[in-house]
Amino acid sequence: MTTATLEKIDHENYSDDYIRSILRKVNVIAMVGASANWNRPSYFAMKYLQQKGYRVIPVNPKEAGKEILGERAYAALTDIPVKVDMVDCFRASEAIPPIAEDAIKIGAKVLWMQLGVRNDEAARKAEAAGLQVVMNRCPKIEYGRLSQEIGWMGVNTRVINSKRQRRI
Amino acid sequence: MEPKNKAVAASKRAAENASPYGFDTLQVHAGTAPDPTTGARSTPIYQTTAYVFEDADQAASLFNLQSFGNIYTRLTNPTTAVLEQKVAALENARAATAVASGHASQAVAFHMLMNPGDHIVSSSKLYGGSITQLGVSFKRFDWHTTFVDPDDIKGFADAITPKTKAIYAESLSNPGGVVCDIEALAEIAHKAGIPLIIDNTMASPYLCRPIEWGADIVLHSATKFLGGHGNSMGGVIVDSGKFDWGQNDKFPHLSQPSPAYHGLTFWETFGDMAFAVACRAISLRDLGPAISPFNAFMILTGMETLSLRMRKHCDNALAIAEFLSKHPKVAWVSYAGLKGDRYHALAQKYLPKGAGSVFTFGLKGGYEAGLKFVDTVEIFSHLANVGDTRSLVIHPASTTHRQLTPEQREAAGAGDNVIRLSIGIEDVNDLIKDIDKALNAA
Ligand SMILES: Cc1ncc(COP(=O)(O)O)c(C=O)c1O
Repeated sequence: MTTATLEKIDHENYSDDYIRSILRKVNVIAMVGASANWNRPSYFAMKYLQQKGYRVIPVNPKEAGKEILGERAYAALTDIPVKVDMVDCFRASEAIPPIAEDAIKIGAKVLWMQLGVRNDEAARKAEAAGLQVVMNRCPKIEYGRLSQEIGWMGVNTRVINSKRQRRI
Repeated sequence: MEPKNKAVAASKRAAENASPYGFDTLQVHAGTAPDPTTGARSTPIYQTTAYVFEDADQAASLFNLQSFGNIYTRLTNPTTAVLEQKVAALENARAATAVASGHASQAVAFHMLMNPGDHIVSSSKLYGGSITQLGVSFKRFDWHTTFVDPDDIKGFADAITPKTKAIYAESLSNPGGVVCDIEALAEIAHKAGIPLIIDNTMASPYLCRPIEWGADIVLHSATKFLGGHGNSMGGVIVDSGKFDWGQNDKFPHLSQPSPAYHGLTFWETFGDMAFAVACRAISLRDLGPAISPFNAFMILTGMETLSLRMRKHCDNALAIAEFLSKHPKVAWVSYAGLKGDRYHALAQKYLPKGAGSVFTFGLKGGYEAGLKFVDTVEIFSHLANVGDTRSLVIHPASTTHRQLTPEQREAAGAGDNVIRLSIGIEDVNDLIKDIDKALNAA
């Protein structure tokens, strides 16, 4: 989906195809603001994404050197020794610009901001550097929605499907 | 999965609920993908109480609400989930939770919002059972309700106290044919920082979608038009996803760490589906009124023809209301679909496709004439239900509204000379003949 980065993306309203293409192509996700506390939203998302086959690397200065869900945590994106496909931000909107700069620096292909997080300036810079950007969404919820798994909780997936396969 | 700051308003997210598909496509397909294991095209009835875990770790994730999946049918069931998704899609909502009956949907929804000492401001024009539930039974939980005539919109604002946790009303009331001004009530509720809850049972999402007028939570007795065939009890709680539960400290069960879930905060963790998830994970789990998977199957099958049935229900009802309004034995007809009815203008706004098929009329003869009427009809069934393919009739004063005081009955539109009809989808000429004969005997 190289064309997706060339088109102007409507950040109010992402198409299912746009989200789906991102979730299909990324493998390694750096989660900025990942918590070691089991009842925090980031922990929920990390655990779920791991179950779906993604490698999730926590980024959190407070946890650096320790492990969260079996993965070593790093203080900064630039400390991660492996190639990162997507940076998922569990941080306040104002904290995004330096994270976006680091995401560009480490060659990530996607900058993703969680539900409630939006920074249009950082998004523009990331897009100019060739990254795809998603704001104000949760990858766990989007994966669950597109796979229709979240429908098990009675959530309106907006997906209609006459095929047998459950896939995103 | 929501970090602390809520830079983006919840209402923005809710706009995304809108589907690219039409109503008739959604009623057939929403939630109803083929079974991935067997390929079964009709929704299988998962008649099971529990589900095998993949391993201990997956089990723990499920119990912590960290992954989506099934544990126990009191909480979720794959057949019931299809019903939930269908209703959520048709109401243009974020999510839905199905329960055992309409009354259970009310008990579960309020359980998520209320603490002892809290207060509800409700329309006085409700189904009789709901007036008893809110006005009498809820008192034993120390939940208190002030009833306001829905014609008195300002009365709702005046009745709100610091303890008020919701405004409650029926979009189209049972049995009075009253249409409530949803948009105006939503404005009052939102100004007070509380949700508007609309019981949309009588209208069904085909005739009215309260969320599009500002309602935050929609409830259904799926026993009625959703199932539509008078064969299964069910209820649904529908979450618009639009209400900001963190805007004030009125809703600690959603906005604060939950002692019923080891300190998990539903609003922060589940964002715009927090209410639906909490209704399931706390209220349904702990109060227990789960719907049977078989009933969910019956109701979701009925829903595939919802629009077809509602059109016929409404066409028949309008023809019969017109017939009654000219009949010499009839004192009055209260059907918002009739030109000249006091709710006609509101019906044009909120129910442009039809004013439903449940309405009342008054006999000139009073209480005794009412009993005679219900005993004489032959096609109409005398019973306490509405929203069936079959035409139904009841004399509320001697049945459903019997527990109320005469003043409450009058206030609920169920006085002594009142007959309630629920018009079915039979041949309208046969129905008119049946009514004419009974009127002449009454
Ligand atoms: C408008 C309305 N709400 C709620 C209910 C209660 O639903 P149930 O009988 O499914 O508990 C009814 C039942 O008649 C109703 O008519």
